[in-house]
Amino acid sequence: MAIFIVLLVLPPIIPRFYTYILTLMFVMGLLAMSLNMVLGHGMIFQFHHGVFYGVGAYTVALMLTKTSLPVWLGFAAAPIAAAVVGLLIGWFCVRLTRLYFGMLQIALGSLLYVIVFRWYDFTGGDDGIYGIPMPSILSSSKNSYYFILIIVAISLMLIYLILKSPFGTTLEAIRDNPQRCEAVGVNVRRHQLGAIVIATFFAGIAGVLFVVLEKFVHPDLLFWVLSLEIFIMCLLGGWFTFTGPLLGAAIMMALRTFVGIYTEYWTLILGVILILLIFFLPEGVMGYFLAKFQPRAKEVTERGYE
Amino acid sequence: MLQVEAIDKSFGDFMAVDGANLTVDKGELVAVIGPNGAGKTTLFNLITGQLKPDRGKVIFMDEDITNLPPYQICKKGVARSFQIVNIFPRLSVFRNVQVAVISQQRKSNTLFHPAQGIAVEETSRILESLGLIGKARNTAGSLSHGDQRILEIAIALGNDPKLLVLDEPTAGMSPEETGATMNLIKQLAETRGLTILFCEHDMDVVFGIARNIMVMHQGRTIIQGKPEQVRENEEVLRAYLGVE
Repeated sequence: MAIFIVLLVLPPIIPRFYTYILTLMFVMGLLAMSLNMVLGHGMIFQFHHGVFYGVGAYTVALMLTKTSLPVWLGFAAAPIAAAVVGLLIGWFCVRLTRLYFGMLQIALGSLLYVIVFRWYDFTGGDDGIYGIPMPSILSSSKNSYYFILIIVAISLMLIYLILKSPFGTTLEAIRDNPQRCEAVGVNVRRHQLGAIVIATFFAGIAGVLFVVLEKFVHPDLLFWVLSLEIFIMCLLGGWFTFTGPLLGAAIMMALRTFVGIYTEYWTLILGVILILLIFFLPEGVMGYFLAKFQPRAKEVTERGYE
Repeated sequence: MLQVEAIDKSFGDFMAVDGANLTVDKGELVAVIGPNGAGKTTLFNLITGQLKPDRGKVIFMDEDITNLPPYQICKKGVARSFQIVNIFPRLSVFRNVQVAVISQQRKSNTLFHPAQGIAVEETSRILESLGLIGKARNTAGSLSHGDQRILEIAIALGNDPKLLVLDEPTAGMSPEETGATMNLIKQLAETRGLTILFCEHDMDVVFGIARNIMVMHQGRTIIQGKPEQVRENEEVLRAYLGVE
């Protein structure tokens, strides 16, 4: 909450460039959080989550440039389009488990990427779509900052509520032990598919926010490299924690921005950090801090019961 | 209540279950015994749908449940525990049981309502009756082996079953724990009026509490009947007790 208030008062104080970086962090943070809904909380290996982000972004971009429908309709249609694609791809993928799930998703997602990349008449191909018109209220960087901040905050609240609901609890139970879950009467595949649809819906929202911020789309949004990056964000921040992916996204974006100024080989630094992370913080940065501060509290309650 | 009719299951060339028969009547406490590798666990997996039989039928409450997936069999009222500890290790003890109760109450798909407030009473009651309430907030994976075995049973009770299937509930337990667990099962059968089907390889343990025993050997049913009948059966003596 305190962080939210700080973020509310920041834009007038800090340079415009930092406002932009922060906004991008929010968008990537939401995207990573939506991935982690199924990854960390469901152990569903959603290897190509970026596709749904791209579908959301392209839907809003195409609706704003090719039709004269109201802007807000485009904003609303994009997450739904992402969720529909999530349903279609997920429907095939939940038939497989773990790594095989991920491989099939990469295959189907890449198919979509190639279509977007090649279909010049409709998607603009590898040129992307530039100069997407935004309503004047969102055109200034400060306003788009606030708009994105608020949408991200609402989305995170919804994700939190869903994870704490019986649906989310059951999802975490499936993560821990799908076989047992089936034995207590849960239709595991249908439940996983439901989670994927919800997660891709939020990825679609992140796609809309990307368009609000950048006012362009390009096929790289659907490229597997981006999917890998958000996957790493989840691992880096701590995939068994709620806010971990948000932190992971912030770390990645900061590295890219500030190390990227000095060297184009910033991924080298990222690689070294990842190696250190695997050895020293296998539960991610947030997982490490939670584990460091919580054991004491746990010990107390255990003793309290005795 | 439950009839298993001439059921077969092979893995490659190996006939794990070869024409086994089993009958469980309402309110009974039925034990399946047999040496290791007799096919007890496979038989239970066939009953609750984890495996599909090659031939034969499973009838529950006059309904053919032979090829249903596990979650549907569970919804019909058959809950089970597993031989190898099969819990939700990262969730708290309370959540482990609550997940089953939530599923039983058909609320697994509820969004936007905190799970904290759902099925609390039922879950607490189960944990209390099994003596796990003091450890409700612990992570399930951190419990001792014996407690994890009890939690297994607690999760199965969360489904409020008509028939409770326990696959070697005392596997890996010390003799004292085994005795306590058997008492618990007996108590469940008596106080809740539950129909219970369990398997066990230790004969002494079984004769103590079950009034109806089925003996399996090499995937086949040798006999099902009262303890006295089972004890006198020559084939049982030969196959199981190693008496020549």
